[in-house]
Amino acid sequence: MLAGWIVVLASFAYLGVLFAIAWHADRRADQGRSLIANPTVYALSLAVYCTTWTFYGSVGRAAATGIGFLPIYLGPTLMMVLGWFVLRKIVRVAKANRITSIADFVASRYGKSQLLGGMVTVIAVVGVIPYIALQLKAVSHSFSILAAVPEVVMPRAGEVPLLQDSALYVAAIMAAFTILFGTRHLDATERHEGMVAAIAFESVVKLVAFLAVGLFVTYGLFDGMADIFARARALPQLERLLTASDTAAGYGSWAALTFLSLLSVLLLPRQFQIAVVENVNEAHLKRAVWLFPLYLFLINLFVLPIALGGLLHFGPGGGVDADTFVLTLPLANQQGALALLAYIGGLSAATGMVIVETIALSTMVCNDLVMPLLLRRGWLRLRERTDLSGLLLEIRRWAIVVILMLGYAYFRLAGEAYALVSIGLISFAAVAQFAPAVIGGLYWKGATRGGALAGLSAGFAVWLYTLLLPSFAKSGWLPDDFMAAGLLGIELLRPQQLFGLTGLDEISHCLLWSLLANLGAYVGVSLWRAPDANEARQAGLFVDALRAEETGHWRGRGAVGGGTAAQVAELLALAGRFLGPDKARRAFERHAAARELSLDRLTADASLVHFAEAQLTGAIGSASARVLVASVVEEEPLGRDEVMNILDEASQARAYSRELEQKSQELTLATAELRAANERLRELDRMKDDFISTVTHELRTPLTSIRAFSEMLHEDPRIELAERTRFLGIIVGETERLSRLINQILDLAKLESGRADWTSVAVDLAPVIHEACASLSQLYKDKGVALTLEIEEPLPTVMADRDRLMQVMINLLSNAVKFAPAGCGRVKVGAGRTVMLDAAGRTEAALRVAVADNGPGIRPEDRETIFEKFRQGGQDVLTDKPQGTGLGLPISRQIVEYFGGRLWLEPVAAAEAGAHFVFTLPLPSGDNAEQQKA
Amino acid sequence: MTKKILIVDDEPNIVLSLEFMMKKEGFAVAVAADGDAALEQVAAFAPDLVLLDVMMPKKSGYEVCQLLRADPARAGLKIVMLTAKGRETEVAKGIALGADAYVTKPFSTKDLVAQVKLLLA
Repeated sequence: MLAGWIVVLASFAYLGVLFAIAWHADRRADQGRSLIANPTVYALSLAVYCTTWTFYGSVGRAAATGIGFLPIYLGPTLMMVLGWFVLRKIVRVAKANRITSIADFVASRYGKSQLLGGMVTVIAVVGVIPYIALQLKAVSHSFSILAAVPEVVMPRAGEVPLLQDSALYVAAIMAAFTILFGTRHLDATERHEGMVAAIAFESVVKLVAFLAVGLFVTYGLFDGMADIFARARALPQLERLLTASDTAAGYGSWAALTFLSLLSVLLLPRQFQIAVVENVNEAHLKRAVWLFPLYLFLINLFVLPIALGGLLHFGPGGGVDADTFVLTLPLANQQGALALLAYIGGLSAATGMVIVETIALSTMVCNDLVMPLLLRRGWLRLRERTDLSGLLLEIRRWAIVVILMLGYAYFRLAGEAYALVSIGLISFAAVAQFAPAVIGGLYWKGATRGGALAGLSAGFAVWLYTLLLPSFAKSGWLPDDFMAAGLLGIELLRPQQLFGLTGLDEISHCLLWSLLANLGAYVGVSLWRAPDANEARQAGLFVDALRAEETGHWRGRGAVGGGTAAQVAELLALAGRFLGPDKARRAFERHAAARELSLDRLTADASLVHFAEAQLTGAIGSASARVLVASVVEEEPLGRDEVMNILDEASQARAYSRELEQKSQELTLATAELRAANERLRELDRMKDDFISTVTHELRTPLTSIRAFSEMLHEDPRIELAERTRFLGIIVGETERLSRLINQILDLAKLESGRADWTSVAVDLAPVIHEACASLSQLYKDKGVALTLEIEEPLPTVMADRDRLMQVMINLLSNAVKFAPAGCGRVKVGAGRTVMLDAAGRTEAALRVAVADNGPGIRPEDRETIFEKFRQGGQDVLTDKPQGTGLGLPISRQIVEYFGGRLWLEPVAAAEAGAHFVFTLPLPSGDNAEQQKA
Repeated sequence: MTKKILIVDDEPNIVLSLEFMMKKEGFAVAVAADGDAALEQVAAFAPDLVLLDVMMPKKSGYEVCQLLRADPARAGLKIVMLTAKGRETEVAKGIALGADAYVTKPFSTKDLVAQVKLLLA
């Protein structure tokens, strides 16, 4: 009736339909018309929770324990009805932090710990493998049953050779199908719209199939529910099933299973994938909250009727495994088409579970296990490769194959020892270990990475010891003496009576101990040390996820979906602050034009955010730009590296600005110096100009007289002899004056430029004074001026140039005689020791020479100016016009100062008329005393 | 009528030569050795022309020139500036202050006499 090939064909046809749906949904998603953006689809896809375990296993469990199958569905119902806010928070957090799997979630929560992510992955893979095995077992059994028609035989997988084992082929086909489904292309968000659509479809198929079988059994084989229950109650073995066991352990077991399934609907990798990662819109939860429990209710509605019907039909112990009633009841009643529908429903349940589970696991294995290792080892120069998507897909494909083969291996090793439900519960207990880390992490900021690691390790170890190893032992794969005697023969360590705890079923026992250990370690280790900055930041993001909504935007919305117009304005304002409003506006307009939009129609999407960030980067550095832009569009939270980058940039900027400040100060200083130097140069230039102008004047004046008289003499030969002689005298005098002037100018130029030839020998000034007086004696005699000398004997010698000192003496004596009144003039020369102050303010011995006359004297205001070039004293009256050049005193002062002395005009009392010039010369230290003795 | 010339210079030999020169040309001559004396002599002697040295004690030739030009009673007075400073700025300054001519020392006697005669013609 049902040939094997029909079953195979139907199977592949069904898989083909699934694939078509997925392909279509993917195409729709690419076109932006998502097929799954629908709360009903979301709720149906959540029903991936119902696997072959539900489809076949619930009936089996109901046949064994009556309503004992119910906790598995009560848990999720409670979760959805009472715990929806937890799920909502997880969805919110996952979206905000771009979470791609439960491993990613845990790792991210505890400071982005790769170790934790890897650990969750390992636990998930190890924990879920029995569950996958269960699916393989169910599909392969259901296939065997159908293929064996018309006999109703119970398959025994362990007995067939490997290559004839249909489960192996089921595993291989599922692997291929999953690879086709889940790893055709890479999506950064790890979302698979096609897969979700196919899963939702499968949920409908398995519900329809199960309801069809249920209706057939209830109303086809029996006369409705009431009839089945009435007949069952008539049999004592069956009546037991209809009453709940009224024992403490019974209630405990119920509570444990309910709690376990409550956690599983959240924590199983595939549930997390569907409920959280594949969630399109948080609002879809609202419908799922009632639609998913309704689905669970419907699919469980006929479990008990089918179980009882099967037991009534085949008889308890009738050789038919209750797990197969869904198939065998139609078959036994020659309903081949219904059996095929039931088989398709079961296949549906299995493929849905396997596809989602392995995709979720492969993502975790790839992202949280393999890639971190590859990146850390630096293999394959991964960081240098720009496109890793091929490699990532390859890793995932292999992960899918390996996971399914592990599942098959478990099925071969341990599958037969357990009923479907028990195998599933092993997985439930494993993923329940995530509960403290996940739920605690959502509500307790004090939880640390260490706590999560310790909790997970402890819980997983206990689970391994109390549940997984015994499952191996029971199937004979491990020696089972440790089961009875305990590890190392210690009875307290018997895996399923740990510390002497008895009276609980193995699941409750495991759950109790593992969660106790898990929670204890989690809380204990977390309390041991305060969260570090990284953990605290992530904790804030997770725990305060719902609060963030009230105060600001949904993080990431700006970058993922279209942002609001307000965000565009904010971005523009932000850019304007750093680039200048006009420039920023022009840049944004260019950006809008490039995308064929007007500025006001621009949305704050990823492209604009990136653009704004790029604009800002040029102005303030990438890290700061990132933070500022993120503050507007609420992107991913700040990482520690980013903060360090900001600090780096800031300190560089600060160093740079300090440098600039310093340079600008230096520049100001240099400018001031330059200005001063320039001023000095100008001053020097002016002085030079003035000097040349003055020299020119001084030279032209005698020349004027010489030329005028020469021309007159030359042109008029009739000038009288007396006049002629007088004029020629003037010419000679002016010529002498001119020569003297030129000599003195040259002399002064030499002195000032330091090119004068100086000799410095010991000079006794007394003979110099006498000689000077002698050379001028005729002049004094002519004018009738008396010259008196008061010279100390002996005078100390000074180190000087004798000729230069002679020049000074002659200059002073000739000045004196020039200004002394003719006839009654008196000039007095004094010389002797004195004490003078040197440059440093110390006293030192010196020689003092004074020349005083009784002439008109120098006005006090001219006392210093007479030492300037070409300034002559006594120019009041035409007749008193001095005959000097105006350079004698400046030259004399230069000479005296060259030898370390001073020349000045001594102020005199008003009663004493005349000018009183004094100069001093320092005495060489030491050798004067000897000179004096000598 | 004999034209009167005032010679102002602080250099006795130059005064001497100018005085001799102008007298020979038949002018009546007075002399002054500084700016103040020059102003007194202008008032007392009422010259037709002043030969005015620039660099002098008490008042410079520029100042004297300015004062004379500020006096409307002396509007007809000719002023010839004499200076040993020959820079163009100084020539320009003298002309700007109202001098009729500006002669640089040492000057050609012939030229100076011609200039004076031209101004007094």
